[in-house]
Amino acid sequence: METFQKIAVPLLAVALFLLAWEGLVWVNNWPNYKMASPSDLPPAFWKFRWLFLEMGWQTLWRTVLGLGLAVLFGTLIGMIMGFSRIARDGLYPLLVGFNAIPKATLVPVIALIFIGQHDFNTVLMAFLISFFPIAVSVGIGLSTLEPEYRDILRSLGASRFTIFRKIALPKTLPEFFGALKVSVTLAFIGTNLVEIVSPHGRGLGALFKSGETNGDYPLMFAVLIALAVLGIVLYYAVLVLERIFAGWAERAQS
Amino acid sequence: MANLIDIKGVTHAYRTKAGPLPVLDNLNIAVPEGEFAAVVGPSGCGKSTLTRLVAGLMKPDQGEVWLHGERVTSPRKTVGMAFQNPVMLEWRTILENVILPLEIVAPRMAQRDRVDRAMHLLEMVGLKGFEAKRPSQLSGGMRQRASLCRAIVHKPDVLIMDEPFGALDAFTREDLWQTMRDLRAAEPFTCVLITHDLRESVYLGDQVFVLSGRPARTQTVLDVDLPADRTLDILFEPKAQEMLHTLRDQIRIAQGRDGGAH
Repeated sequence: METFQKIAVPLLAVALFLLAWEGLVWVNNWPNYKMASPSDLPPAFWKFRWLFLEMGWQTLWRTVLGLGLAVLFGTLIGMIMGFSRIARDGLYPLLVGFNAIPKATLVPVIALIFIGQHDFNTVLMAFLISFFPIAVSVGIGLSTLEPEYRDILRSLGASRFTIFRKIALPKTLPEFFGALKVSVTLAFIGTNLVEIVSPHGRGLGALFKSGETNGDYPLMFAVLIALAVLGIVLYYAVLVLERIFAGWAERAQS
Repeated sequence: MANLIDIKGVTHAYRTKAGPLPVLDNLNIAVPEGEFAAVVGPSGCGKSTLTRLVAGLMKPDQGEVWLHGERVTSPRKTVGMAFQNPVMLEWRTILENVILPLEIVAPRMAQRDRVDRAMHLLEMVGLKGFEAKRPSQLSGGMRQRASLCRAIVHKPDVLIMDEPFGALDAFTREDLWQTMRDLRAAEPFTCVLITHDLRESVYLGDQVFVLSGRPARTQTVLDVDLPADRTLDILFEPKAQEMLHTLRDQIRIAQGRDGGAH
């Protein structure tokens, strides 16, 4: 019964939403160049099915690669900030300042620096927009480690690296995954930003842009739905990883 | 017999914004091998600093700390530590928590031997059947029991405890005193216990060191002249009562109040 409820309730909510959307378009008698209705979407998906797969794949791998780089770089910066007070004082204002820049303004800058390198630019943007939460959460996680946790290993003569591997790293994992959930969405935004603002015919963003150029509203809405689905898939992928690597934190709270 | 722990003339100050804050002043503590030293003193008198010095986690400004005839200048593998906070690693089971020191101290020890050793201790403290549980599934007293197992799993010569029972309720605390005595009977180790509880110091200690208020020096040393196999009832006997009384007066003096005043 509980599992049925878990599946049925969200499905019903989605169905109601689609119904309301369809009803809204129907009542106002909007043409599909003003607002496409859900019933316009399946034909749009079918018509461009191969493009959706190809572009969806483009968007996906560039997002994941950018996020992967953000994880590596963000963790590294976080570690440096977590272990060194001086590094923290020096890096923090830079990071906050960089994070405050609306990333849309960076698209033309990057496009000019790395002219024509569309894949590279997109991955770079996904990375730039998403490493901040990871760096901050890892940094805070490490710097707030209670001294006793360090002492139980340090009193045995364990090296800093051993203490990091056995205590600091696992203890920071829940914070890391919390940040990763934010970062995955941000990376996805970064990818689409470049694909839409500086399109080179690749990615779902470019498909969206071509829908706009050709006045194909159902296609544009279909892209939005596809993006939502892809975003959900990415988010849940992180959730699964969190269950595997930091599931203990969830049990600890219940 | 030579002293296992020898703290000779240790003076230490913390550097703060308002200038140096002296915490220890010419402190002398000697603990013979196998003995149990309880250290009591007013709040904030530098008792925790003492544990960190003995563990080699920090160096004193002046004076020397000797363990086993060797001068302590850095952490050593022959020390076990337990704190008021049991410091359980939530991502590990109880068994894996207890094994942790062995992973550092005896990296080549077979996993089966590690498990055997840890299980033996867990059984002794009454945690058999809980080894696969997460720390969050256990009560505070049980977590502290596991923490004690972890502190002695690598058979340290010296066990340093910083108010390990301070956060427990009175009944659980007394249970753990009993556990502590059982462990000591089974596995001889020299012990330094920092505590606020005078009854605890008399029940567990062979000697009780009373530290003065900050900066702390050794104000007085009380030999606990009670039989080795004590039960809790002994605390109600006149001899123990008298010792508790003496200690209480000494603490008053340490706090800067006159022995008889209220």
